[in-house]
Amino acid sequence: MEKIHLQYNVDGDDLTLAGEASSDVRRVLRQLGFDAETIRRAAICMYEGEINMVIHAYGGVIDVYIDPDSIEIIMADTGPGIADVEKAWQEGYTTASQTARDLGFGAGMGLPNMKRYSDFIDIETELGKGTTVKMIIKINS
Amino acid sequence: MAAIKDLQQQLELVDHTPGADKGRELSGCYIGDLLSWVMAHAFSGCVWITIMSNINVAAVASLTDAACVIMAEGVEPDPELLKRAERDGICIFTSPLPVYDIAVKVHEIL
Ligand SMILES: Nc1ncnc2c1ncn2[C@@H]1O[C@H](COP(=O)(O)OP(=O)(O)OP(=O)(O)O)[C@@H](O)[C@H]1O
Ligand SMILES: [Mg+2]
Repeated sequence: MEKIHLQYNVDGDDLTLAGEASSDVRRVLRQLGFDAETIRRAAICMYEGEINMVIHAYGGVIDVYIDPDSIEIIMADTGPGIADVEKAWQEGYTTASQTARDLGFGAGMGLPNMKRYSDFIDIETELGKGTTVKMIIKINS
Repeated sequence: MAAIKDLQQQLELVDHTPGADKGRELSGCYIGDLLSWVMAHAFSGCVWITIMSNINVAAVASLTDAACVIMAEGVEPDPELLKRAERDGICIFTSPLPVYDIAVKVHEIL
Protein backbone atom coordinates (compact mmCIF):
# COMPACT_ATOMS: atom_id res chain seq x y z
CA MET A 1 0.00 0.00 0.00
CA GLU A 2 1.31 3.44 -0.92
CA LYS A 3 1.20 6.19 1.63
CA ILE A 4 -2.17 7.95 1.40
CA HIS A 5 -2.48 11.68 2.02
CA LEU A 6 -5.83 13.25 2.94
CA GLN A 7 -6.32 16.96 3.53
CA TYR A 8 -9.25 18.83 5.10
CA ASN A 9 -10.03 22.50 5.52
CA VAL A 10 -11.89 23.01 8.79
CA ASP A 11 -14.26 25.96 8.89
CA GLY A 12 -13.76 27.86 12.12
CA ASP A 13 -17.28 29.27 12.30
CA ASP A 14 -19.40 26.25 11.75
CA LEU A 15 -19.80 23.92 14.69
CA THR A 16 -22.31 21.86 12.75
CA LEU A 17 -19.47 20.84 10.42
CA ALA A 18 -17.19 19.79 13.23
CA GLY A 19 -16.67 16.08 13.12
CA GLU A 20 -17.03 15.79 9.35
CA ALA A 21 -13.30 15.43 8.72
CA SER A 22 -13.00 12.76 11.42
CA SER A 23 -16.03 10.92 9.98
CA ASP A 24 -14.42 10.94 6.57
CA VAL A 25 -11.10 9.61 7.86
CA ARG A 26 -12.98 6.86 9.66
CA ARG A 27 -14.74 5.94 6.43
CA VAL A 28 -11.43 5.77 4.53
CA LEU A 29 -9.75 3.67 7.25
CA ARG A 30 -12.68 1.26 7.17
CA GLN A 31 -12.41 0.93 3.40
CA LEU A 32 -8.70 0.21 3.77
CA GLY A 33 -9.55 -2.59 6.18
CA PHE A 34 -7.89 -1.29 9.36
CA ASP A 35 -8.98 -2.98 12.62
CA ALA A 36 -11.84 -1.46 14.62
CA GLU A 37 -9.70 -0.40 17.60
CA THR A 38 -7.17 1.46 15.43
CA ILE A 39 -9.99 3.22 13.61
CA ARG A 40 -11.62 4.18 16.90
CA ARG A 41 -8.38 5.60 18.31
CA ALA A 42 -7.60 7.58 15.16
CA ALA A 43 -11.14 8.93 14.88
CA ILE A 44 -11.33 10.04 18.53
CA CYS A 45 -7.94 11.78 18.32
CA MET A 46 -8.98 13.52 15.17
CA TYR A 47 -12.43 14.51 16.42
CA GLU A 48 -11.07 16.09 19.60
CA GLY A 49 -8.45 18.01 17.62
CA GLU A 50 -10.98 19.08 15.03
CA ILE A 51 -13.36 20.42 17.68
CA ASN A 52 -10.51 22.29 19.41
CA MET A 53 -9.64 23.96 16.10
CA VAL A 54 -13.21 25.21 15.86
CA ILE A 55 -14.01 26.19 19.46
CA HIS A 56 -10.59 27.56 20.48
CA ALA A 57 -9.18 28.75 17.14
CA TYR A 58 -10.65 29.83 13.81
CA GLY A 59 -10.45 26.55 11.97
CA GLY A 60 -7.43 25.43 9.98
CA VAL A 61 -6.00 22.61 7.93
CA ILE A 62 -5.73 18.92 8.78
CA ASP A 63 -3.33 16.59 7.00
CA VAL A 64 -3.62 12.85 7.47
CA TYR A 65 -0.98 10.41 6.24
CA ILE A 66 -1.93 6.76 6.26
CA ASP A 67 0.46 3.89 5.71
CA PRO A 68 0.20 0.22 6.72
CA ASP A 69 1.84 0.64 10.12
CA SER A 70 0.92 4.15 11.20
CA ILE A 71 -1.54 7.00 10.88
CA GLU A 72 -0.15 10.50 11.23
CA ILE A 73 -2.47 13.45 11.87
CA ILE A 74 -1.25 17.04 11.66
CA MET A 75 -3.71 19.77 12.65
CA ALA A 76 -2.62 23.35 12.06
CA ASP A 77 -4.62 26.43 13.00
CA THR A 78 -3.89 30.15 12.94
CA GLY A 79 -5.78 30.78 16.18
CA PRO A 80 -4.73 32.52 19.40
CA GLY A 81 -2.25 29.84 20.50
CA ILE A 82 -2.09 28.22 23.94
CA ALA A 83 -0.69 30.35 26.76
CA ASP A 84 0.16 27.51 29.14
CA VAL A 85 0.53 24.13 27.46
CA GLU A 86 1.27 22.37 30.79
CA LYS A 87 -2.14 23.45 32.06
CA ALA A 88 -3.87 22.60 28.79
CA TRP A 89 -2.76 18.96 29.18
CA GLN A 90 -4.48 18.66 32.57
CA GLU A 91 -7.80 16.87 32.81
CA GLY A 92 -10.52 19.39 33.56
CA TYR A 93 -8.62 22.49 32.42
CA THR A 94 -10.67 24.51 29.95
CA THR A 95 -11.08 28.02 28.60
CA ALA A 96 -14.15 27.06 26.54
CA SER A 97 -16.70 29.83 25.98
CA GLN A 98 -20.24 29.63 27.31
CA THR A 99 -21.49 28.92 23.78
CA ALA A 100 -19.13 25.94 23.50
CA ARG A 101 -20.13 24.71 26.97
CA ASP A 102 -23.80 24.89 26.10
CA LEU A 103 -23.05 22.44 23.29
CA GLY A 104 -21.42 20.01 25.71
CA PHE A 105 -17.78 20.99 25.24
CA GLY A 106 -15.45 22.24 27.94
CA ALA A 107 -14.88 19.14 30.07
CA GLY A 108 -11.17 19.74 29.60
CA MET A 109 -10.84 16.17 28.39
CA GLY A 110 -10.01 16.64 24.70
CA LEU A 111 -6.22 16.81 24.96
CA PRO A 112 -6.09 14.06 27.62
CA ASN A 113 -8.17 11.88 25.26
CA MET A 114 -5.81 12.64 22.37
CA LYS A 115 -2.83 11.69 24.54
CA ARG A 116 -4.48 8.49 25.70
CA TYR A 117 -5.46 7.25 22.26
CA SER A 118 -2.33 8.24 20.31
CA ASP A 119 1.14 6.75 20.53
CA PHE A 120 2.83 10.09 20.01
CA ILE A 121 1.53 13.63 20.40
CA ASP A 122 3.27 16.96 20.18
CA ILE A 123 1.94 20.51 20.38
CA GLU A 124 3.70 23.49 18.88
CA THR A 125 2.06 26.78 19.72
CA GLU A 126 2.80 30.46 19.61
CA LEU A 127 0.58 33.13 21.14
CA GLY A 128 -1.16 35.16 18.47
CA LYS A 129 0.15 32.89 15.69
CA GLY A 130 -1.50 29.53 16.09
CA THR A 131 -1.20 25.93 17.17
CA THR A 132 -0.08 22.76 15.42
CA VAL A 133 -0.87 19.40 16.94
CA LYS A 134 0.87 16.33 15.56
CA MET A 135 -0.28 12.82 16.48
CA ILE A 136 0.83 9.37 15.44
CA ILE A 137 -1.29 6.27 15.89
CA LYS A 138 0.65 3.06 15.39
CA ILE A 139 -1.18 0.03 14.12
CA ASN A 140 -1.35 -2.93 16.54
CA SER A 141 0.36 -1.16 19.38
CA MET B 1 -29.31 -10.18 26.39
CA ALA B 2 -31.61 -7.36 25.32
CA ALA B 3 -31.62 -5.61 21.97
CA ILE B 4 -32.40 -1.99 21.11
CA LYS B 5 -35.96 -2.91 20.12
CA ASP B 6 -36.67 -4.47 23.56
CA LEU B 7 -35.52 -1.27 25.20
CA GLN B 8 -37.64 0.79 22.84
CA GLN B 9 -40.77 -1.22 23.64
CA GLN B 10 -40.36 -1.51 27.38
CA LEU B 11 -39.41 2.12 27.93
CA GLU B 12 -41.96 3.37 25.37
CA LEU B 13 -39.25 5.42 23.71
CA VAL B 14 -40.04 7.81 20.88
CA ASP B 15 -38.08 6.75 17.80
CA HIS B 16 -36.57 9.69 15.87
CA THR B 17 -34.57 7.58 13.43
CA PRO B 18 -36.95 4.98 11.98
CA GLY B 19 -34.31 4.04 9.38
CA ALA B 20 -31.73 2.90 11.95
CA ASP B 21 -31.31 -0.79 12.80
CA LYS B 22 -32.96 -1.81 16.11
CA GLY B 23 -31.69 -5.38 16.23
CA ARG B 24 -28.33 -4.70 17.86
CA GLU B 25 -27.68 -6.20 21.31
CA LEU B 26 -26.91 -3.90 24.21
CA SER B 27 -23.71 -4.24 26.24
CA GLY B 28 -24.47 -1.78 29.06
CA CYS B 29 -25.32 1.82 29.80
CA TYR B 30 -23.43 5.10 30.06
CA ILE B 31 -24.78 8.45 31.28
CA GLY B 32 -23.19 11.83 30.61
CA ASP B 33 -23.48 15.23 28.96
CA LEU B 34 -19.91 16.51 28.68
CA LEU B 35 -19.00 15.23 25.24
CA SER B 36 -15.25 14.70 25.69
CA TRP B 37 -15.97 12.92 28.94
CA VAL B 38 -18.45 10.66 27.21
CA MET B 39 -15.92 10.17 24.41
CA ALA B 40 -13.44 8.84 26.98
CA HIS B 41 -15.83 6.56 28.87
CA ALA B 42 -18.75 5.38 26.74
CA PHE B 43 -18.22 1.97 25.18
CA SER B 44 -19.19 -0.18 22.24
CA GLY B 45 -22.81 -1.34 22.31
CA CYS B 46 -23.84 0.90 25.21
CA VAL B 47 -27.09 2.79 25.67
CA TRP B 48 -26.05 6.43 26.10
CA ILE B 49 -28.44 8.56 28.16
CA THR B 50 -27.98 12.32 27.86
CA ILE B 51 -29.74 15.68 27.84
CA MET B 52 -27.54 16.99 25.02
CA SER B 53 -29.38 17.39 21.74
CA ASN B 54 -27.04 19.06 19.24
CA ILE B 55 -25.35 17.60 16.18
CA ASN B 56 -22.17 16.67 18.05
CA VAL B 57 -24.12 13.92 19.84
CA ALA B 58 -24.09 12.01 16.53
CA ALA B 59 -20.30 12.23 16.24
CA VAL B 60 -19.76 11.07 19.82
CA ALA B 61 -22.29 8.23 19.51
CA SER B 62 -20.72 6.92 16.33
CA LEU B 63 -17.09 7.33 17.46
CA THR B 64 -17.75 5.47 20.72
CA ASP B 65 -19.84 2.91 18.81
CA ALA B 66 -22.79 3.36 21.18
CA ALA B 67 -25.79 1.19 20.26
CA CYS B 68 -28.30 4.00 20.74
CA VAL B 69 -28.87 7.37 22.37
CA ILE B 70 -31.75 8.22 24.71
CA MET B 71 -32.44 11.90 25.18
CA ALA B 72 -34.04 12.18 28.59
CA GLU B 73 -36.24 14.66 30.43
CA GLY B 74 -38.28 15.63 27.36
CA VAL B 75 -35.33 17.15 25.49
CA GLU B 76 -35.99 17.42 21.74
CA PRO B 77 -33.21 16.58 19.27
CA ASP B 78 -32.05 19.33 16.89
CA PRO B 79 -33.08 18.76 13.24
CA GLU B 80 -29.39 18.79 12.18
CA LEU B 81 -28.69 16.02 14.67
CA LEU B 82 -31.45 13.85 13.23
CA LYS B 83 -30.24 14.44 9.69
CA ARG B 84 -26.72 13.36 10.64
CA ALA B 85 -28.01 10.41 12.66
CA GLU B 86 -30.12 9.14 9.76
CA ARG B 87 -27.16 9.45 7.43
CA ASP B 88 -24.79 7.61 9.80
CA GLY B 89 -27.29 4.98 10.98
CA ILE B 90 -27.36 6.16 14.59
CA CYS B 91 -30.40 5.34 16.69
CA ILE B 92 -31.89 8.35 18.53
CA PHE B 93 -34.76 8.02 21.03
CA THR B 94 -36.41 10.48 23.36
CA SER B 95 -38.25 9.99 26.63
CA PRO B 96 -40.04 12.39 28.95
CA LEU B 97 -38.67 10.51 31.98
CA PRO B 98 -35.84 11.79 34.18
CA VAL B 99 -32.39 10.28 33.60
CA TYR B 100 -32.51 8.29 36.83
CA ASP B 101 -35.84 6.63 36.03
CA ILE B 102 -34.60 5.67 32.58
CA ALA B 103 -31.38 4.25 34.04
CA VAL B 104 -33.28 2.13 36.55
CA LYS B 105 -35.45 0.68 33.77
CA VAL B 106 -32.45 0.07 31.52
CA HIS B 107 -30.86 -1.82 34.41
CA GLU B 108 -33.95 -4.04 34.74
CA ILE B 109 -33.95 -4.80 31.03
CA LEU B 110 -30.24 -5.56 30.62
N1 LIG C 1 -6.17 24.59 18.89
C1 LIG C 1 -6.20 25.28 20.05
N2 LIG C 1 -6.00 26.63 20.03
C2 LIG C 1 -6.01 27.34 21.18
N3 LIG C 1 -6.21 26.80 22.41
C3 LIG C 1 -6.40 25.47 22.49
C4 LIG C 1 -6.41 24.64 21.32
N4 LIG C 1 -6.60 23.36 21.72
C5 LIG C 1 -6.71 23.38 23.06
N5 LIG C 1 -6.58 24.65 23.54
C6 LIG C 1 -6.59 25.08 24.95
O1 LIG C 1 -6.39 23.93 25.78
C7 LIG C 1 -7.52 23.77 26.67
C8 LIG C 1 -7.76 22.29 26.92
O2 LIG C 1 -8.19 21.65 25.71
P1 LIG C 1 -9.07 20.31 25.81
O3 LIG C 1 -9.42 19.87 24.46
O4 LIG C 1 -8.33 19.34 26.69
O5 LIG C 1 -10.36 20.77 26.62
P2 LIG C 1 -11.58 21.68 26.09
O6 LIG C 1 -11.54 21.76 24.60
O7 LIG C 1 -11.54 22.96 26.81
O8 LIG C 1 -12.83 20.83 26.56
P3 LIG C 1 -13.33 19.43 25.91
O9 LIG C 1 -12.29 19.00 24.92
O10 LIG C 1 -13.44 18.50 27.07
O11 LIG C 1 -14.64 19.73 25.29
C9 LIG C 1 -8.65 24.50 25.99
O12 LIG C 1 -9.66 24.90 26.88
C10 LIG C 1 -7.92 25.70 25.38
O13 LIG C 1 -7.63 26.67 26.37
MG1 LIG D 1 -11.34 20.05 23.43
